[in-house]
Amino acid sequence: MIKIFLAFVRKELFHILRDPRTLAILFGMPVALVLIFGYTVTNEFKDASVAIFNEANDDLSYQLVDHLTASGHLKLVTSVRTTAELEQAFQSNQVKMGIVIPAGFEDDFFRQRKADVQLIADATEPNYATTLTSYARQMIATFQQNQNGTSGVQPYQVSTEIRMFYNPQLEGAYNFVPGTVALILMLICAMMTSLTIAKEKETGTMDLLLVSPLPPIVIILGKVTPYAILSFIDAIIVLFLGYYLFDVPVRGSLVLLLALVLLYLLVALALGVLISTKAPTQQTAMMTSMFALLMPTMLLSGFLFPIASMPSLLQYISKIIPAKYFIQIEQAIMLKAAGWDAVAFPALILFIMLIVLLTAAWRNFQVVYK
Amino acid sequence: MRGAHKREERVQPRSWQKPEEHKTKPMSYAIEAQNLTKRFGDFTAVDAISFNVAQGEIFGFLGANGAGKTTAIKMLIGLSRPTEGDASIAGFDVYRETDQIKENIGYMSQKFSLYEDLTIAENIRFYGGIYGLSRKRIKTKTTEIIQELGLEEYVNRLVGDLPLGWKQRLAFAIAGVHDPKIIFLDEPTGGVDPATRRQFWEMIYEAADRGVTIFVTTHYMDEAEYCNRISIMVDGRIEALGSPAELKQQFQTDSMDEVFLKLVRA
Amino acid sequence: MQRLLYIIQKEFIQIFRNKAMLPMMTVVPIVQLIILSYAASNEVKNIRLAIVNEDHSPTARLLVQKIEAADRFLLIDFPASVAQGDDMLQTGEVDIVLTIPSQFEQHFYREKRGNIQLLVNAINGQQASVGAAYLNIIIQSFNQELQANLKIVNRNGQPPAFINVPTANWYNPELNFKYFMAPGILGELVTILVMLLTAMNVVREREIGTIEQINVTPIKKWQFILGKLIPFLGIGMVLLTVGLTAAKLLFGIPMQGSLFVIFAFCALNLTAVLGLGLFISNLSDTQQQALFTTFFFVIIFILMSGLFTPIESMPQWAQYLTIPNPIAHFVSVMRSVLLKGSTFWDVIYHFRVTVVLAVVFNTLAVLSYRKVE
Repeated sequence: MIKIFLAFVRKELFHILRDPRTLAILFGMPVALVLIFGYTVTNEFKDASVAIFNEANDDLSYQLVDHLTASGHLKLVTSVRTTAELEQAFQSNQVKMGIVIPAGFEDDFFRQRKADVQLIADATEPNYATTLTSYARQMIATFQQNQNGTSGVQPYQVSTEIRMFYNPQLEGAYNFVPGTVALILMLICAMMTSLTIAKEKETGTMDLLLVSPLPPIVIILGKVTPYAILSFIDAIIVLFLGYYLFDVPVRGSLVLLLALVLLYLLVALALGVLISTKAPTQQTAMMTSMFALLMPTMLLSGFLFPIASMPSLLQYISKIIPAKYFIQIEQAIMLKAAGWDAVAFPALILFIMLIVLLTAAWRNFQVVYK
Repeated sequence: MRGAHKREERVQPRSWQKPEEHKTKPMSYAIEAQNLTKRFGDFTAVDAISFNVAQGEIFGFLGANGAGKTTAIKMLIGLSRPTEGDASIAGFDVYRETDQIKENIGYMSQKFSLYEDLTIAENIRFYGGIYGLSRKRIKTKTTEIIQELGLEEYVNRLVGDLPLGWKQRLAFAIAGVHDPKIIFLDEPTGGVDPATRRQFWEMIYEAADRGVTIFVTTHYMDEAEYCNRISIMVDGRIEALGSPAELKQQFQTDSMDEVFLKLVRA
Repeated sequence: MQRLLYIIQKEFIQIFRNKAMLPMMTVVPIVQLIILSYAASNEVKNIRLAIVNEDHSPTARLLVQKIEAADRFLLIDFPASVAQGDDMLQTGEVDIVLTIPSQFEQHFYREKRGNIQLLVNAINGQQASVGAAYLNIIIQSFNQELQANLKIVNRNGQPPAFINVPTANWYNPELNFKYFMAPGILGELVTILVMLLTAMNVVREREIGTIEQINVTPIKKWQFILGKLIPFLGIGMVLLTVGLTAAKLLFGIPMQGSLFVIFAFCALNLTAVLGLGLFISNLSDTQQQALFTTFFFVIIFILMSGLFTPIESMPQWAQYLTIPNPIAHFVSVMRSVLLKGSTFWDVIYHFRVTVVLAVVFNTLAVLSYRKVE
């Protein structure tokens, strides 16, 4: 029996590896995702384009402009003379922020001891606008200190000492590498298995297999095992790329991590089999996997968008997303060096999910094929 | 036994029955092929075949699976470019005048190829439309086809709901919706019962009676008997060509089955 | 021309007859628009906070009150020690632990300085820094209040000169993330749906064998391609209309600019996308292959479209890669025109690039559609 099973798995494996498009999804996708997340998906701003609206045209205002652009984070793209011109610069996406220095700036500052500088941000993207204006405010504050000759610590200043735990450099990779592993495993295990089994059903070859002397459970296992092996390899590729390209460590036990990767992988496989027992065609299987698995995994697992900011309905839904628990496990082991006790709870939830899904898949299977 | 009766009349090509066509077309043959060859890399699928088909003739194109029948038919209808050789269809060259060829031929492939999610009338309208038939002509054609097939009750049914035999007769009717000079049929009767095949052949005879040339591939030897002339392909080459009677005589047997087996085993 | 109309008619009949198709084109995108607009937002709120108050002075209590009043924070607990706070960070119960050290008040008035410690879970770097920045703003304004109660002078005996920095957030003064996300998501959804449908279309005809039947007819390549293109273009435009209406009714997104520019750009952009979809379809033998290829492109297109993270933040080479990405242009035009009221001349760059894309993709589609083997 084992021999037949292995032969079956080998045949399926060869079958998968023969199609270049499937291969591209299997191995190109994880690499592409890691590279895209690693190099291009970032919210940091650098060289933000700004316009200066200088009505003062005095020495101090020039000094301020020099001070703001000297940092390298703000790039002076244009000078405008009216608010309408500034609006035009915003509308044509030339600049992200306008800095307005009103007439009499120097005078106000030295004589009245109080001057205004107005910041106008293109707030279509709220976070970008907030980060940009708070950066500009900081720069203006240091300018003010320099002018007052009070550089260094001011009296009666409450300073905030911020310590970024687990990721002191605020590397995006620390967040997206675990997320990508969760996403890729779901994509390959669940979507690919559901598609393959649906394809067999659609073309009628499933019936052929089922009348063979192999018990149905072995056939299903034979179909899913190759994807399990391939996605396990994918998980390792992602972790490997994360480690070598983006210095994402595995601070805890690698064995524990891989064991739990295996658990999550089984959950994904069970989901794939469950979908395929329901879906009559490849197209249905594809659509179901996309909308019921991939979208929720991307959106509600917390790795791209903060769950806490979502409406409560979506927060409840996020509690049944396996990836959410798996990402918790990964982050705990990889970044917080947590041991078994810290991940026992999410692991238990995944295990319960696995049992429930397998039972459901098995019952569906009985209904369809018995 | 209408088909069998008619067969007797048609042992000879009947192009002479339509002398007026000779005047408009100097070419007396509907299909002419000279050393037509198709190679895929090292593999020669069709190896220098030559034959002529007269107008109004029912020409059977026989061969085992993989003998090169479908490749040959694809070259003739402009779906595949020949590697070598010449051929003309209705007087038009297969290399240079594929557009004119397409105006003049109908084709029914071995894979059923009407839209199953369209109704009978919608299929006729669509194919009539892309052949450039006028709205009025499409209307009359629709009525004609539906009457001919006795499908009045099913006009607004989806084609997918029809039994296979009806689908195939409908596909044949639609292949002739634009009144082509030649209709190519690639294994049109695969998978249907003998009664339906008989009905199908009656339609072929009716078309031939109207002067349409029929080029049909098949591997049913009883169908070969219905043709005016047949060719038998083996491994990309035409190994025998003639009327069923001539071939039986040539191979000294009284069934087409025997002729075929002798050729294939040789 | 007549022939073209028959192809278009046939495509429409097929689309509307498919029971799975209609909901896929109407309900699913709208539901997605709603869910995505809520979920796919980088808004940082409900930050879970633990405060270790080792001081218990009136000043410290004042600070705690100020933080409690801020609506972005959820005050989870007051652990007794920093070590306990640390544990809460480790288990993920809280995102930030704020520590007010003992004798904070005494320090502030005697040594003229104070110190507050923030421990932040920074695995998601962006959320961490935004969260810390919000807390910092509260602490600084608290500090200013304290300073205002004291008379401070500089070396010359003058009060220090002060620059007031009022900030205006144009186009989205309430910093509403849905205004930002909904138009972009709508552009993305329309594009993906149309691309998927087209990519599946020709290959489906190939799978069921009807394409061969079409190929023996005298129909011209361009007629066939246009016949496929126009119905899906129509569907895309209808979807855009429905989506804009839904976004307006549900989220009240602003519509500053001309809707005509939006629809014109959508038509142009979809033409490009359709060409790409048909090209993929022509190159595939099975629906599954077409799906995989499309899927691969779609994921890369979305992530690099500027929909979730700004294109300006990408490295230069990656910014170049967004030029052939139709979703990137669509998202940008939707946002500029709807939110900022950009005119046709403001977004003409996107029109120009998209015209080139449309020509290239459709040429590829026509060339790759082979009637003859």
